[in-house]
Amino acid sequence: MAGLTGRMSTVVKAKVSKLLDRAEDPAETLDYSYQKQVEQLQNVKKGIADVVTAKKRLQMQESTLQKSVVKLDTQARQAVAAGQEDLARAALERKNVAQTELQSLDTQVTELETQQQKLTDSEQKLRAKIEAFRTKKEVIKAQYSAAEAQVRISEAATGVGEQMADVGLAMQRAVDKTENMRARADAVQELEAAGTFDDITQLGSGEDDIDRQLKQLSSQPAVDDELAKMKSELGSGETAAPQIASGETAEQPPAEGGAS
Amino acid sequence: MIVRISGEGQYELADDDKDRLNTLENAVVSVVESGQEASFEDTFGALLDFVRDAGARVGDDELEGSDVILPPADTTFAEAGAEFTGEGLIPD
Repeated sequence: MAGLTGRMSTVVKAKVSKLLDRAEDPAETLDYSYQKQVEQLQNVKKGIADVVTAKKRLQMQESTLQKSVVKLDTQARQAVAAGQEDLARAALERKNVAQTELQSLDTQVTELETQQQKLTDSEQKLRAKIEAFRTKKEVIKAQYSAAEAQVRISEAATGVGEQMADVGLAMQRAVDKTENMRARADAVQELEAAGTFDDITQLGSGEDDIDRQLKQLSSQPAVDDELAKMKSELGSGETAAPQIASGETAEQPPAEGGAS
Repeated sequence: MIVRISGEGQYELADDDKDRLNTLENAVVSVVESGQEASFEDTFGALLDFVRDAGARVGDDELEGSDVILPPADTTFAEAGAEFTGEGLIPD
């Protein structure tokens, strides 16, 4: 069979036979092959742990961003109430960026969960195959002559070897996907480090470099719409706040527009 | 005939199913070679579904080698293309 399946089949078979070529003595082949299988199982466990770690990291970022969204929204409302439209707009721009990142993180967490599930399934399958091989290896040792054993071992080891190669492929794919997500997590961290999601009242209403970049990032119409909505909401039952305070969630001392 | 879907498991198919499998695979190959990305998911999906439907699942405790190995279900169009020309899904 040519094409798609032909190549897959050839490459996997080549890997398996490389594994089997190593030893001449059947007993040695058995032990070597079994040892390789156990090693591979350890690798899969490590792979699962890596995926779980990556997922936790993204989830932590999600919760940070969620807090920022709430805080920036509160601040935008307070700024609108105080009639400081520029400040409200800046807060909404930041909120917009945070929300976009949140959505993207959400997709990635789901993707990592899928990978985790796949690897866990792979691990169980490999474990079952290794167990079957272990049993078979004892039977082969006990029942067959050296010449016969060689053939039987090849058969059994091909089955388990193929499963190992397959699990290896699943791991590789999971690792690749995790790598991509790591890059995304780093990007979010950079935004955080640049103060993108910081308390807007700490930064003041003066436009800085971050603001200019955010304006390019965030979709302006969405911000305009939200600002208009906030204005109309607050306009109806208004008790204008005298001063913009830092958000209710303030973990930092209140600051007034960066001026001291 | 034992067919493995990578990342999923092995299926035992009747030898008579080989022709149908070949036909379905050729369809995937022609879609990939002619760059019809939009049709890839359907044709590749049809190939995998045939194996799943016509085949009987091989137990995890059986130690059989496969006659045919298919790429994983989440193979992308680009990856399928690389199977023909580049390094392929499994690097040598």
